[in-house]
Amino acid sequence: MDAVTVTDLVVDRGHRRVLPGLSFAVPEGQVTGLLGPSGSGKSTLMRAIVGVQRIRSGTVEVFGFPAGSPALRDRVGYVTQAPSVYADLTVRENARYFAALYGRGAREADAAIAGVGLAGAAGQLVADLSGGQRGRASLACALVGDPELLVLDEPTVGLDPVLRVELWDRFHALARAGTTLLVSSHVMDEAARCERLLLLRDGALLADTTPEQLRADGRSPDLEAAFLAVVRAHEAGSRAQAVRS
Amino acid sequence: MTAATHLSPRLTRTTAARVLRQLGHDHRTIAMLLVLPSLLLGLLHLLWRDLPGVPGQPDTFDRVGLTMLGVFPFVVMFLVTSIAMLRERTSGTLERLLTTPLSRLDLLLGYGLAFGAAAALQAVVTVTVAVTVYDLDVAGSAGLVVLIAVVDAVLGVALGLLASAFARSEFQAVQFMPVIVLPQFFLCGLLVPREQMAGWLQAISDVLPLTYAVEALGEVGRSAEATGRMWADVGVVAGATLLALALAAATLRRRTD
Repeated sequence: MDAVTVTDLVVDRGHRRVLPGLSFAVPEGQVTGLLGPSGSGKSTLMRAIVGVQRIRSGTVEVFGFPAGSPALRDRVGYVTQAPSVYADLTVRENARYFAALYGRGAREADAAIAGVGLAGAAGQLVADLSGGQRGRASLACALVGDPELLVLDEPTVGLDPVLRVELWDRFHALARAGTTLLVSSHVMDEAARCERLLLLRDGALLADTTPEQLRADGRSPDLEAAFLAVVRAHEAGSRAQAVRS
Repeated sequence: MTAATHLSPRLTRTTAARVLRQLGHDHRTIAMLLVLPSLLLGLLHLLWRDLPGVPGQPDTFDRVGLTMLGVFPFVVMFLVTSIAMLRERTSGTLERLLTTPLSRLDLLLGYGLAFGAAAALQAVVTVTVAVTVYDLDVAGSAGLVVLIAVVDAVLGVALGLLASAFARSEFQAVQFMPVIVLPQFFLCGLLVPREQMAGWLQAISDVLPLTYAVEALGEVGRSAEATGRMWADVGVVAGATLLALALAAATLRRRTD
């Protein structure tokens, strides 16, 4: 089963075509990585999947419903790249508010805070936290709803390595319990932690693959080098096509 | 549009509580909300205190002061709301809320409820100070003055929510205040009695909601008992508030570029 099905998705932002026609599926119960450099269209794609991006054409379906449908609102959790929590509330107050929106209580809110390692800072105002802590507070506010699909836009930016590993362990634990995760990143060492990979560059899907397959295709055990090889092969291919036409 | 029609009183209350909690962390704002209108009213009191009154006419401070009891909450809540909503937008929390089960109307009503409650507290303080310290003379009940002030404040909230949909920056949001508030203040009948206005100005005054709030306050100032006209005026202001909230919900887009 696929959690997300994207068909011929075209998105314009201003006069610029950001996504020129994407089609792919995100399988259920796995961690799918959305990899690509800054400006490749990752965030726009994620906004389309949670239903807040105006789209030009194409369809985005989540669990069989059009993205953003009321039926999906308590099944999809979304964490934006910049932490989107209330700076003038404490971590606990933020988590409890979002818990209430998803019909959950104070216990679930406290568990979500503990889950991102912020139990010690629960009573602190978000404005007084470090950047990494704010990001984790933002993550807790999505985890608290126990969604079936978690869309996380660069959730590990600015985190220390130990915390990053802990969060990835948690993502895998969630996936084992049946949650579908779509996690964007521009760091290739995180790609190795995903079960599936979507490689995005200039709005185009270069590869819908697995880490093993990418290593094989790029003829390198190093994912960064393999990604580069795939990009170069793709560019050589499109140049050859341009010459032929 | 579907989400705007799925109202949840529980989510509205939860959101109102969250907005009040945010306010609760900002002690200076609370102090200003509670004290500033009383101080400004005191300035007006001092301005007219030693001037001789016109025989047969109501005391100027009684007339102006009473009107300002309706204007202050309207202006303050308009400003506070437009900034609060703009913060939701720029911090990304609005986008996030739009992906949750919270409907747009729940969000807007939550704001109305929270700032309405803050306005009620403000009105109780201001009216009490006006009547006891500044000897503001009101024929009717002070409770009705508080009621009208609160309805007026919620009108300010609703118009602030609506205006914030059109503001893309803090600079724009702040400038909506004179655009929305000053014409209503100029034409409400305080500066020039409505009967003496040019016909077309009076026609504009007729469709501005603040006019009815000021008229309602005038009724309370003159009559010991609540008049039918006062209730009709309060009804018009409440109706305008609901209309503005509905428009604000309709202009709040879930999908943006």
